Amino acid sequence: MSTLSNEDLTGFRDIQRLAYDCAEAIAADLQPGVSEKDVAKKMESWLMDHGVDDWFHKPFAWFDDRTAFDGFIGFKHLGGFNPAFYPSNRRLEEGMPYILDCAPSRHGYTADIGYCGVVGENKLLDRLMDDLLEYRVLLLDQVRQRLPLADISRAVDSLCARHGYEPRHKAYPFETLAHRVELLKDDGKQSHINLAHFGLRNIRELATSGWDMLSGGDSPIWNSGKRADHAPTPGLWAVEPHLGFRGTGAKWEELLVVTETDAYWLDDDVPHVRRWQSRGIWPMEKVA
Amino acid sequence: MNEIKRTITVNGVNLHVREWNPEAQPTIVMVHGYPDSSHVWDATAKLLAKRFHVVVYDVRGAGESDAPKHTKAYSLEHLAGDFRAVINEVSPDNAVHLVAHDWGSIQSWESVTDPEMASRIASYTSISGPSLDHTGYWIGQRLKSGKSSEYNKVVNQLVHSWYIGAFHFPGFAPALWNTGLDKLWPSLIARVEGGVEALPNPSQRKDGVIGVRLYRANMSQRLTAPQEKHTTVPVQLIVPERDKFVTVELLDDLHKWVSRLWRENVDAGHWLQLSHPQLVADRVSRFVDFIASGEDDSEAPVALRRLQVGGPRKKYSGKLAVVTGAGNGIGRETLLALAEQGADVIGIDIDPIALDRSIELAQLLGANAQAHVMDVSDAAAWEAFDAALEENKDCPSILVNNAGIGMAGPFLETSTKDWEKILGVNLWSVIHGSRLFGQKMAKAGRTATIVNVASAAAFTPTRTMTAYSTTKAAVRMLSDCMRADLADSGIRVITVCPGIVNSGITDRSNFVGQDEAGENQKRARASALYARRNLSPKAVARGILNAIDGSRDEVLVGAEAYGLNWLGRFAPKLARRIARYDLAG
Repeated sequence: MSTLSNEDLTGFRDIQRLAYDCAEAIAADLQPGVSEKDVAKKMESWLMDHGVDDWFHKPFAWFDDRTAFDGFIGFKHLGGFNPAFYPSNRRLEEGMPYILDCAPSRHGYTADIGYCGVVGENKLLDRLMDDLLEYRVLLLDQVRQRLPLADISRAVDSLCARHGYEPRHKAYPFETLAHRVELLKDDGKQSHINLAHFGLRNIRELATSGWDMLSGGDSPIWNSGKRADHAPTPGLWAVEPHLGFRGTGAKWEELLVVTETDAYWLDDDVPHVRRWQSRGIWPMEKVA
Repeated sequence: MNEIKRTITVNGVNLHVREWNPEAQPTIVMVHGYPDSSHVWDATAKLLAKRFHVVVYDVRGAGESDAPKHTKAYSLEHLAGDFRAVINEVSPDNAVHLVAHDWGSIQSWESVTDPEMASRIASYTSISGPSLDHTGYWIGQRLKSGKSSEYNKVVNQLVHSWYIGAFHFPGFAPALWNTGLDKLWPSLIARVEGGVEALPNPSQRKDGVIGVRLYRANMSQRLTAPQEKHTTVPVQLIVPERDKFVTVELLDDLHKWVSRLWRENVDAGHWLQLSHPQLVADRVSRFVDFIASGEDDSEAPVALRRLQVGGPRKKYSGKLAVVTGAGNGIGRETLLALAEQGADVIGIDIDPIALDRSIELAQLLGANAQAHVMDVSDAAAWEAFDAALEENKDCPSILVNNAGIGMAGPFLETSTKDWEKILGVNLWSVIHGSRLFGQKMAKAGRTATIVNVASAAAFTPTRTMTAYSTTKAAVRMLSDCMRADLADSGIRVITVCPGIVNSGITDRSNFVGQDEAGENQKRARASALYARRNLSPKAVARGILNAIDGSRDEVLVGAEAYGLNWLGRFAPKLARRIARYDLAG
């Protein structure tokens, strides 16, 4: 999987754009009063209408303090499996931060994106979203230096500490900062089996790599743990730094292409980059 | 200062008026409560008369003023009429600054919320006397809320107001006053208020007996059928926290009625002007000076600006908290937790970039936050910081001495310079901060708290952290001694002993007796240990705030802190034995 053809990369870029288009379309329609479940369902049907035939995971939506996974469901409860990411009945209000997260597949190509925003204004969220730029720069810079993934993850932890944030991606299963995304076979079917919001084929890929990891292979999960203490594995990684500060959370998620010697973001034309551009803070050379 | 007496007659009722320094401007008029006479203001009036024209009068029924027979003559309308007549006489051309206490304050709300009087009252300082109309709404809204916590607030206030019900029983209060309560009264106040010397009042019996009519003429009518009473007059509330008759919660809704409102909670009982005349005089002059200056509210002196009420009250609204080592870890989290709960905060740190970040976050939480970059081990820097606050007549209510550095390595290889550095940051900073601000706090007349962050390393010895453990044990003992010494000044001292907190302290620790590579290796190992334990600075901040709100003197955070404390107390021999092993390896 280390050699992705240009055609494959285009396929991945298209599905990532579709996923972000979906998030932007749904976000533009968001009104106070809708629930997380309503929004997740809307995203799902929007994507199905646009030819999505499978999932890494179905769409999630989080509002208010759920954007930071605040409260009891935090770091290590339930052995790394955190049901807090399932959409709830929480309703959106003016000024509340929200996150939309979806991971659709189409013709065997999969994307995984995270999009955040607010109806109205939220200065704290603006600060978090601005600061997220440093993580994008830091991650790419360190992957290019081919530092061990665990070290990079710890550098992300340190940057969070410096910013005064909590790395809330640690509330994801296996404290995932990023996970592998594999090319699936395009079998022409309109839909595929999924279990508890997760697409079986994508999870099987992940589990297979996990199994290989036990016999000396690389980890399909990129976190601060021992298993990820190896140089960046070539292929596609869905990277998702998620920051939390006292009940407000923000994230982005996009595909990073890692080759044997280099790395680059699959697409720079994503909403958070456009936002940084409009705020005059992009491009950023290096994290201070 | 000469006292001038005069009598003003309103509808046939003679009111006894006394004034000082009539040449001065502006005029301050003070209205007393029940069961007092205007003499309750004497000490405060004399302090204020140095700069202002001060007027006091005996309310109808009290002191040397006439006492109409009918209960109806004591309605709020009549009392407001008396006030209007007095100010028209003593200050016909200029608006007056009104100061009132207890029933004086209750009746003054009637004037302050009267649109026709708005041009005659320049400001209002209210002590322990809410508007009956506002109180009626307050009770109504809580009863309508359907929440048991809100019901409890009403019940709590009613319990504090037990005497009001009793006063409605015919003959009850007069009988008390006529059977010796008048003689007992000064000593009773002294007992209730803790050490206040109230002079025997010659008209005490009359004030007590007649004044009951105030309650009977107004209470039930206003509380059950309250009117909407708004005001544009600037109002300063001084709220004695130990008031046995008026609960603090009663004033929480006031910002809905008063467009320009300031509020300060003070550590005192109901008769504030008897127990703290200087404090009352200071607060009144500051407020009068500011209102008279005509400046915009945002230009008020910082200590006053902090007290302005813009919306619902938070736990530390109106308080200033100073936190050292606020650039990261426990200090930053404590600063943010205090800011989140409404405190104004000043963060101190030696690292300007880290500190600016903390301050920015505190501001995003809506707090008024300031950075002060300084080396906490430097006595002169503390003096300068203190002087800067003094210039604004400002004083923190909460001081968190958190700044600290780590140090590890063999005793014989710890140099004098190493010792000086760690003693400076970990111990001297606590001494400097506590000494300077303790003095200020003792004078300020508010409840104040000093929090000293020690460590679980204060409990048991270890061969690997001699210098660090020594400083922390010293901070713990210093705090214990300070607590005993400062208790009489109303200053609480809290010791915090966290365990292995992942605060980044290891990144800034010195590992003495190592070359650079060795030090980096030791540091990485220690950081890994701290990360594995993963006890968050937030948990310590939570412990600190719980201690500030509660009553505990010493707070332990983390299981290891409890374990080491137990070991040090009950198995000291074993602790000394364990100390010989290098556990961090």
